[in-house]
Amino acid sequence: MATESLSVDTATRPSRPRRVSATTERPAVKWTLIAIAVLFLVAVLLLPLFTVFIQAFVKGPGVFFAALSDPDGAAAVRLTLLVAVIAVPLNLVFGVCAAWAIAKFEFHGKAFLITLIDLPFSVSPVISGLIYVLLFGANSVLWPFLQSANLQIVFAVPGIVLATIFVTFPFVARELIPLMQDQGSGDEEAAISLGASGWQTFWHVTLPNIRWGLLYGVLLCNARAMGEFGAVSVISGHIRGFTNTMPLHIEILYDSYNFAGAFAMASLLALLALLTLVLKTFLEFRFGAELAATRRH
Amino acid sequence: MNFRFAVHPHDNYKTDLGVSGASGLDIRVQNIRKEFSRYPALHDVSLNVISGELIALLGPSGSGKTTLLRLIAGLEFPTEGTIFFGDEDASNKSVQERHVGFVFQHYALFRHMTILENVSFGLKVRRHDRPPAAEIRKRAMELIDLVQLAGLEKRFPNQLSGGQRQRVALARALAIEPRVLLLDEPFGALDAQVRKELRKWLREIHDRTGHTTVFVTHDQEEALELADRLVVMSQGKIEQVGTPDDVYDRPNSPFVFGFIGESSALPVTVEHNELWVGGRAIGLSAPEAVDGPAQLYFRPHDVELIEGEACLAGVVVASRRVGGTRRVELEIGGQQQPVEIDLPFDHPAGEKSRIAFRPKRWRLFPDAAGQ
Repeated sequence: MATESLSVDTATRPSRPRRVSATTERPAVKWTLIAIAVLFLVAVLLLPLFTVFIQAFVKGPGVFFAALSDPDGAAAVRLTLLVAVIAVPLNLVFGVCAAWAIAKFEFHGKAFLITLIDLPFSVSPVISGLIYVLLFGANSVLWPFLQSANLQIVFAVPGIVLATIFVTFPFVARELIPLMQDQGSGDEEAAISLGASGWQTFWHVTLPNIRWGLLYGVLLCNARAMGEFGAVSVISGHIRGFTNTMPLHIEILYDSYNFAGAFAMASLLALLALLTLVLKTFLEFRFGAELAATRRH
Repeated sequence: MNFRFAVHPHDNYKTDLGVSGASGLDIRVQNIRKEFSRYPALHDVSLNVISGELIALLGPSGSGKTTLLRLIAGLEFPTEGTIFFGDEDASNKSVQERHVGFVFQHYALFRHMTILENVSFGLKVRRHDRPPAAEIRKRAMELIDLVQLAGLEKRFPNQLSGGQRQRVALARALAIEPRVLLLDEPFGALDAQVRKELRKWLREIHDRTGHTTVFVTHDQEEALELADRLVVMSQGKIEQVGTPDDVYDRPNSPFVFGFIGESSALPVTVEHNELWVGGRAIGLSAPEAVDGPAQLYFRPHDVELIEGEACLAGVVVASRRVGGTRRVELEIGGQQQPVEIDLPFDHPAGEKSRIAFRPKRWRLFPDAAGQ
């Protein structure tokens, strides 16, 4: 190319050859790609989010606050927070245990266990809710026992919590498994050779090594726990003021043409999600130096 | 020399700590066999490590040297066999109970802790006889001083060079006053210059502290320079144990001859107690050798150039300068494998196309073993 086009090029372009690094594209390519990404984000993420907040306030702040202070609405907020407070810590413990087992030990059926952890991701949430209805509902073999023990699971808070745990189980484990596999068990071996017990090793060495991955997993898990609709919808029974979580309450408000109320509730849910992201960003900023120190080694 | 007195002469808490870090402990490994999911990594290995010595486990990768070290540490457990620490059977004791100092090839420093916290870790996690915080700090600082990193105690591991990190790892291992010090390819990840420095420095630390020290290496130069004794391993077995001189001058197998130091091998025939190559006597007599084919091993630098008499004569096929010597490859009597010899780089024979020589020191191994 160089010899043929040289004469033409020198006439039309400045003669000095451009020196760019091998991995850098031309500015036109670079800006096109950036523009596509930004446009896409605006259209798919930002615009809907703004719409939610605008719609929430379209009839004035009075309607907005009325929707939130409505007893059924307040009950939905409380239930959503309660479910998250139970489900997230449990999944944190389960997730760390599962990731620990998979990353640090060799055993038969390991591949099967990894597949099993992914199951909630591959199964439709509706099915996740349905299996609990079938397992604990009026037609199940467990029903007489549950009746005699006076345990209400389906159409009650325990069922909602179970379904939420099921759906959000993979988040922590999935985040930790590659991280822990990557780190290996060298640090743990060093700790026990220095006399640390298993618990001390976990607390002082393993946990600090995985804490950022863990935090990220927990935030994702929390966001999904608060936002889960499908599984919870099947098992909750939609009893207003008792078994309606925020997503379910939004649907009810929307179906009854209370758009301002629905968007008010939706904006609160979106706000909770944004809050977790802000929290994560803040923690990364606050412990940034330490984070950098632990990533590269 | 006593480590404790060298480092902290006036402390009185040390009697509480119970374990002696000084003067070392002998280790006896008896008939150890180790399998990893049915694949044998060590076959019937026995070894005595003498109290206070610096011993190197040397071998190519896959020879089982690291496995043996990890078995001594208690990071792995033997399929069969016994390991004694002094008179006590340590085979079934956990790593924590064995009280060893272990230094890993890739340092394994705790990345979220400062250097001071890393070195103090082993003392801080003690449950029964933990020294007071001020004492831990004092001792950690002394060790950081010992490994010449004073002033860097507040840094994080990723702010140090590889050589510095490995010194921190050593200080951390010494902090628990281990009964033995075990190092797994401690300098393997470092560049040649740093490696040489640390080698000398490890020897000094060993001489000061007097720990029984076992280290794994695949670098024969490192083993020859540093160790009191070498254990040469191959394919899960110990080939030879001896001082560097023993192993270098009197290798007991073709493997050891080939693995330690430079070597040249040549197929020969033994007849009438004389060695023959291509139908010519080469002027070496082997009164005890059995007649038949054999392999002649010698060091390239351990040869004399001669003319006229019975000797090995070869055509020069390649010649290159290696530092202060000239390494010449010779083809002898149509042999496939050229033989290497070393000449002083300015020796006139280096210009010739034909060189005649005779090894000054050599060993003969029966042919089957040479294959």
